[in-house]
Amino acid sequence: MPERKKRMITTTINGEEITFLCEPRQTLLEVLRDELGLTGSKEGCGNGNCGACNVLLDGVLVNACLVLAPEVEGRELVTIEGIAPGGELTLLQQKFLEHAALQCGICTPGFIVAAKALLDENPSPTEHDVRLWLAGNLCRCTGYDKIVRAVLDTAAALQAAQTTPTEVA
Amino acid sequence: MGANPKLDPIRGEGSGNGSRPQPSYKVIGTRPIRPDGVDKVTGRALYGADVRFPDLLHGKVLRSPHARARIRSIDTSQAEALPGVKAVVTGADLPTAEDRFEDLGEGGINLRYLSENVLAHGRVLYHGHPVAAVAAVSPHIAEEALSLIQVDYEVLPPVMTLEEAMAEDAPILLEELRTDEMGERGNRPTNVAAHFRYELGNVEEGFAQADLVVEREFRTQTVHQGYIEPQMATALYDQDGQITIWTSTQGSFSVRSQVAEILQIPVSRIRVVPMEIGGGFGGKITVYLEPVAVLLSRKAGYRPVKLVMSRAEVLMATGPTSGSRIRMKMGATRDGRIVAAEAELVYEAGAFPGSPVGSGAVVLLAPYNIPNVRIDGYDVVVNRPRASAYRAPGGTNAAFASESVVDELARKLGLDPLEFRLKNGAKEGDRMANGLPHPKIGYLETVEAIRNSEHYNAPLEGRGRGRGRGVASGYWGNWGGKSSATAVLNADGTVTLNEASTDIGGTRASIAMQFAESLGIPYEKVKIRVVDTDCVSYNDVTGGSRTTFGTGLAAYELGQKMKAAMIQRLADIWGVSPEEVVYEEMVFSAGENRVTFDEAAKLIERRSTPVMVEAEVYGKKYGPAFSTQCVDVEVDVETGKVTILRYTIAQDAGKAIHPAYVEGQMQGGVAQGVGWALNEEYVYDREGHLLNASLLDYRMPTALDLPMIETLIVEVPNPGHPYGVRGVGEVNIVPPAAALANAIYDAIGVRMTELPMNPARLLEAILAKQAQESTQPA
Ligand code: FES
Ligand code: FES
Repeated sequence: MPERKKRMITTTINGEEITFLCEPRQTLLEVLRDELGLTGSKEGCGNGNCGACNVLLDGVLVNACLVLAPEVEGRELVTIEGIAPGGELTLLQQKFLEHAALQCGICTPGFIVAAKALLDENPSPTEHDVRLWLAGNLCRCTGYDKIVRAVLDTAAALQAAQTTPTEVA
Repeated sequence: MGANPKLDPIRGEGSGNGSRPQPSYKVIGTRPIRPDGVDKVTGRALYGADVRFPDLLHGKVLRSPHARARIRSIDTSQAEALPGVKAVVTGADLPTAEDRFEDLGEGGINLRYLSENVLAHGRVLYHGHPVAAVAAVSPHIAEEALSLIQVDYEVLPPVMTLEEAMAEDAPILLEELRTDEMGERGNRPTNVAAHFRYELGNVEEGFAQADLVVEREFRTQTVHQGYIEPQMATALYDQDGQITIWTSTQGSFSVRSQVAEILQIPVSRIRVVPMEIGGGFGGKITVYLEPVAVLLSRKAGYRPVKLVMSRAEVLMATGPTSGSRIRMKMGATRDGRIVAAEAELVYEAGAFPGSPVGSGAVVLLAPYNIPNVRIDGYDVVVNRPRASAYRAPGGTNAAFASESVVDELARKLGLDPLEFRLKNGAKEGDRMANGLPHPKIGYLETVEAIRNSEHYNAPLEGRGRGRGRGVASGYWGNWGGKSSATAVLNADGTVTLNEASTDIGGTRASIAMQFAESLGIPYEKVKIRVVDTDCVSYNDVTGGSRTTFGTGLAAYELGQKMKAAMIQRLADIWGVSPEEVVYEEMVFSAGENRVTFDEAAKLIERRSTPVMVEAEVYGKKYGPAFSTQCVDVEVDVETGKVTILRYTIAQDAGKAIHPAYVEGQMQGGVAQGVGWALNEEYVYDREGHLLNASLLDYRMPTALDLPMIETLIVEVPNPGHPYGVRGVGEVNIVPPAAALANAIYDAIGVRMTELPMNPARLLEAILAKQAQESTQPA
C-alpha cells in the first residue's frame, strides 16, 4: 500500500507564501489544481509530453506533472495565474488575443508560461528560436502559426519599447 | 500587427487572395478580440476538468487488457471493501439496451452499441474497453480499487486488420451482426456491417473511352483526433432524481439525449452544463464517461462524482478515426478529360459499426465532374476502439487516394495539375457520385487562388532533386442543423445573447459579430454566453462546420427581431405607428422624436414592455466548402525524412466573419493533415494491444515540424445565408495527405500509397525504387 501520510509543504506561489498538505505521491500539478484551486495549469498528458501544465520553478520552465509536490518545499513558483499580477494583461497575453493565437485555449496557459520563459531568457528570438523553444508544447488547434507570430510580435514590441524599459513580458 | 515585417505579406488578409470587396459591413470582416479571450489567456476559463465541489468523489475506469474476450464474471467485492471507496459499477448496472437507431449527434447510432461502449456487457472488443468503474474519496484510492476488481476473461483471438476481418473464416466480433447489403439485411454472421454503392453513368463505357487509365491501392492507418484536453465528466444525481452533468462536449443536447437513452431517463430530468472545451474535432460528441458518472453518483449516495481520463485512456478508448484501404481507378482522354472513375473504399469501424466510409465516398470525387462513376463502400468491424468523427470524417483517407491518382493522370498527360483540375472541376449543377447536384460552389476559385499565388509561381530551387511541389484539392459538404438562442436588451444599451453552441475556436465572436451586424450595433455591445440545456431549446452539436452558419442564422434573426421589437416599443411610447419609426446609425427617430440606441434601451425599460427575442432555426441551405493546397517539401533520401518548406492553403469560406479565426481553422486543419500524412498512426501488437498510447509515441506535429501556413481566404458567398457564410472547420484537413504525397513524388519520383509517410515507410519505398532501377537494363 502506498504511503498515504500527508506532509506539510511551504512554498511561494505567485509571490505569496503558501503552506499545504500533500501525499508524497501527488504531483505538483495535482496539488495546484485539486488542492489549491489553481486550475489554470492544465493536464493534457500527465507525463511530460504536452506542456499544458508548464509553470516556472525558481524561474525555470518545468512540467508540473513531472514534479512531485514535496519537491517544491522552500522554492518559488509562478503559474499562469501569476503571470498578470494585479490583473493587467501582460503584453504577451495581449498579443495572444490580438493575433487570435488560441482556438480552444486549453494549451494557452502552457504556451504563455513557456513563451514568457523564452522571452525572459532571449528577448529577440528568431522564428526558429521560438519554434524550437515551444516544441515542448502541443497545440492541436492552431497549427502554431499565430502563436509563433504572437511571440515574435511581443518580442519586437518589447525591443521597440526598450528606450522606456518596463517589465511587461 | 505583424510580428516580423518580412512575414506580413503571407497573411491571408492581403490582396490577390480571391476575396471580393465587401462594401457595407461594419462588423463582419473585422478582427475583434474574442469575448472569452481574457479568461483563456489568464487561466481563469473553466474547462470540464476544472469543476470542483467540496464533497466531490473521484472516479476511475477499469479497462480491458485484452482486445477480444468474453467476460465470464466480475467480482467487485474487494474493491467495494477498500476504505474510501463509495461505489463500484459494471455493465450490469446499465439498463438493457435494444438494437435501435437514433440520431443523437452526427449521424445515426445504434443505442445498444453506444451502451456497450460505455461499459462492456459480457464481452470486450478492444484493448481499453471499459469494464467497471469506481468512485472514491481520492483518485488514488479509486485507482487502487481498480486493481482489486477481479475479472475472469476468456481471451479470444483478436481481429485487427481489414484483411483478417473480411477473410472467409474470420472470427466474428459481433455474433448478431448481419451485412446491410445495399439496404438488404444479409443472412449470415459477418464482420462487414454494410456495403453500399454509388453509381453514375456507365463505368465500363467510360473506361472504354479513356486513353489513359491509372489504378492504385491506398492504405491509411487508424489515427486520433488528438485534442489536448482529455475527456472528463462530473455528475450529480440528486435525491429528487434530477441530474446535472458538467462536461466538455461539442454538443450539450447530444450528451443529454445519449445519457437519457443509455440510462433510460427522461431528458427533462437531465441538465447538461457545457464547460469550456479543449478541442474536439469530432471526438467529443459520443459520450464515454457521462453515464458512468451518473451511475456512480446515484450509487455513492447522491454525491457529485468526477471522472477524468488519462492520456493513455484517451488514445486507447476514445476517437479514433478509421484506417482504410482504397482502390482507386480513373481514366482520362488524351486531351485531359476524366471520363470514368471506379473505387472501392473499405473502412475500419472499430469495435462497432459506423465508420465514416459514407462521407468518404462522397468526398472522394466531389471536386470533379465525371460522367461515369462507380463507388463501393464497406464498413468493417475490427478489434479497435469504436471509430468516431474526425474533422471531415472519412474525407482525408478518400482524397489521399483520388487526389494522388488525379496527380498521376495530370503528369502522364503532361498537364499542369491545376490546369487539369480547372478542366475537370465541378461547378454548380454538376452531379456528385451520390447523384446530388452541387449548389453554388467555389471550387474553381480555390484552384485559381493557388494558381495565382505567389507560392505557386515562385521557382523552387532543387526541384526534382530532393525537393518537390505538390497540390491537392478537397471537398466537404458542411452542415446546417438546428440552433436556438435568445437575446435580451439591457437598459444600458448592451445585449445579452444566450446560445448553446459550445465554442471550440472562436464561435462566440463569430456569432456575436453577426448579431451586431444584423442589429446595427458595435460588437462590443454584445455579451454572449454559452448556456446549459435548461436555458434554450434544442441545439445541435458544434460539428459539421455548422456553428458560424447555423447559430449565425439564429443570431441574424435575433438582430432583426430585436430591431423590430424596439421599434414597436418606441412607436407605443411615442404614439406613432411602427412604420413611422426610422432606425439608422444607432438612432431611432419618428418626426420630432429621436433617441440613440442606448437611450432607447433605457426608455423602453422605464416605460414599455421588456425586450427579449428568441430564434429557432433549422439551417438547411448550408453551402459546401472546397480547399486547394500547395506544399513544397524536401526529402532526405538517406533517412526518408520529409521537411515542409512552404505551405499555402486556399479555402472558400463563403464569407469570413472573423478572418483571423477562419485562417486559424485553415492552419489548424492543415497541421492535423500533416500529422496524419507524415507521422500519426496506431501501432498494435499481434494480440491487439495498443503500443503507442502516449503523446511521445503517438507523435503529433510540434511548432518545429511546421512552417508558417499561408492562407488565402476565397469568398464565394453561400446564397443560403444572409452574409454568405459557408462552414470553415473541416475541408482544410482533406487535401494535405495527397498534397504531400504529390510533393514527395515531385521531389524524388517515389509514389507513396500508404500513410503515414514516415521515415521508415518512405525509406523503404526509396530503397525499393533504387533496387528496381539497378536491376533494370540501362
Ligand atoms: S500535462 Fe504535463 S506535460 Fe502534459
Ligand atoms: S488552442 Fe486548442 S490546443 Fe491549442
